[in-house]
Amino acid sequence: MDLLLAGFSFTALIQQIVSGAGAGAVYATLALALVLIYRAMDVANFAQGEMAMFSTYIAYALVGGDFGLVGAKLGFNGVHLGVAGAFWIGSIVAVVASFGLGILIERVLIRPFEGAPLLTLVIVTLGLFSMVNGLAGFNWGYVFKTFCCPFPQSAVNVGGVSFNYTDLGIIGVTMIILAAMALFFRYTKLGLAMRAASLYPESSRLVGVRTSWMLALGWGLSAAVGAVSGILVAPVVFLDPNMMQSVLLFAFAAAVLGGIESPLGAVVGALLIGILLAVVGTYVPGGENLRTPFALLIIVVVLLVRPAGLLGRPETRRV
Amino acid sequence: MAPPEVAGRNGQALLQLRDVHASYGPIRALHGVSVSVPSGSIVALLGANGAGKTTTLRAVSGMVKTQGRISFDGRDITNGRPEEVARLGIAHVPSGRGTMTQLTVWENLQMGAYMRRDRGAIKRDFDRVTGYFPWIRERRQQVAVTLSGGEQQMLAIGRALMMRPRLLLLDEPSLGLAPLIVRQIFEIIATINREEKLSTLVVEQNANLALKIAAHAYVLEVGRIVLEGSASELARHESVRKSYLGD
Repeated sequence: MDLLLAGFSFTALIQQIVSGAGAGAVYATLALALVLIYRAMDVANFAQGEMAMFSTYIAYALVGGDFGLVGAKLGFNGVHLGVAGAFWIGSIVAVVASFGLGILIERVLIRPFEGAPLLTLVIVTLGLFSMVNGLAGFNWGYVFKTFCCPFPQSAVNVGGVSFNYTDLGIIGVTMIILAAMALFFRYTKLGLAMRAASLYPESSRLVGVRTSWMLALGWGLSAAVGAVSGILVAPVVFLDPNMMQSVLLFAFAAAVLGGIESPLGAVVGALLIGILLAVVGTYVPGGENLRTPFALLIIVVVLLVRPAGLLGRPETRRV
Repeated sequence: MAPPEVAGRNGQALLQLRDVHASYGPIRALHGVSVSVPSGSIVALLGANGAGKTTTLRAVSGMVKTQGRISFDGRDITNGRPEEVARLGIAHVPSGRGTMTQLTVWENLQMGAYMRRDRGAIKRDFDRVTGYFPWIRERRQQVAVTLSGGEQQMLAIGRALMMRPRLLLLDEPSLGLAPLIVRQIFEIIATINREEKLSTLVVEQNANLALKIAAHAYVLEVGRIVLEGSASELARHESVRKSYLGD
C-alpha cells in the first residue's frame, strides 16, 4: 500500500477523474448507439464500432478530400470542403449519411432474418463487423490518419486541475445526444411507436404501426449516434480501421453496467468506467495494460450480480 | 327483430369471409368458414375453446395464413399485413387484450391514434372514450400494468376506438373477468354500437351475453360454421341452449 500511495496527491486524483470522465463520454456515445439497437431488437450489435469507424472515414473524406482507392479510381480525390468549419459540416453530413446507411443495412442484412433466433442475428452483426472493417481497410489502408479537431487543443486550469476543451466538448455532445434521445422517446409520437413496436410488436401492428420500419429507423438512429462517437474519438486516437475496437469493448461494459436498455444508464455506466479505467491505469502498477481485462471483469461481475445493470429494470418483458 | 342490413359500398356486407381456410403449420384450424358482418350491426361468433373463433379474427387481420376470400368494404384483404388491415379501418382487440403494460394509460390510447394526424379530432375522441370509461381520465398517467383485468379490457376497447375504426373485432372480451365486470363491458359495447353505428364482430364463449347484444350470430365447431341465424333465433335454438347457454 505504501508503494501504491507514494506520491499520492488529491489534485492528481481529481485530474484522473476529470480525464477519465472525458474518455468515458466517448464510450457513452457508442454505448447509446448500442442501446438504441438493443432496445429495438434485443441484439448486441457487434458491428457498432466498425459502423462508427466507417462513418468517421466518410467525414474524414469529406473534410480532407481523401476518398481512398475508390476516389483514386474515379478521380475525385482532393475534392473537399474548403471552407471554415469544414470539420463540423463534413461531420454533420457524415452523421446524416450514416443514418441512411444504417437504414440500408437493416433493410438489406437484418430484414431477411426477421424472426430468426437471436444467435443468427448476432452472427450477422459479427459478419458485418469484419465486412465493414475489411472495406475500410481495402479503401483507405491500415495506416493511421489524422482527423482533427472539433474542439480547441487547449485547456483551462481550475485550482490545479486542467480541463481540456476536447474532454469538455465530448461530454457536452454526449449530454446533448442523451437529452435528445430522452425527449424523442418520451415526447414524440414516433418515439412512442418505436418503444411500443419493440415491446409489443403484435399490438402495435394491430393499431397500424409498420413495425419493420420502426426497426430500420432504430438502426438508422443508432448508426447516426455511432457516427458521432467515431468522429469524437478519431482526434484522440487517430483514424484507422481498428480504432473503435477497444472503444466497443468499453462501450459494452458501460451499457451492461448501466443497464443495456437504459440510455441514462449507459451514460452513467460509461462515465464510471472511464473514471475507473483512468484510476486503475494510474494507481495500479502496470495498470495501463490492465484496462481491457478490467473492462471484461466489470461485464462479468455485473452480469453475475445485477444482470439488469445499475439503472435497468429487472426483466419484466415478454410477459 | 334484427336491425335492417345496411349494405356496404358494393351492396355487400362490410366484412365478408367466404370459404376461409387457415392453418398453423400442419395444423388446420379453419375448414371453410363463411361469415358476414353487415354495416352497423353486432355479429357474434360463438363456440367452445379451440373451435377456431380466435383464428377467424386472426385471419381477418392477416395474422394467420389463409385461403379463401376475405373482403372489407368490397376490397380483398385476404392475407393482408396486420398493420395494413388496421390502416383500412379495422380495429382488432386481441384475446388477452394486448395491453401495452409498460406504457401509461394515456400512451396506450395515443398508440390507438397512431395513424391519425388530426390533433383536434384525437382530443375529441379521447373525451368520447373517457365518456364511456370515466376512470381513465384521472388515471391516464398510471402505468397500464397496474390496471385490473377489467380495466385493461376497457383500455383495449378505448385504444381501438381511438383508431376511429369502421369495424371493431373483439376477441373474447369476457376472458378471465368477474361476471359483473363482463356485463358492464358488454353494455358498453352495445352502447357504442348504438350511438356510433360501429360495426362489431365479437368472439365469445359466453353465448348468453353475446346473444343479448348481437343482431346475428354464428356457431363454430372444430373450424366449421355449424349454425347461423339471428341472435334471437339462436338463443331459442335447442342445441345452442344445451351446449352454450348451460340449460
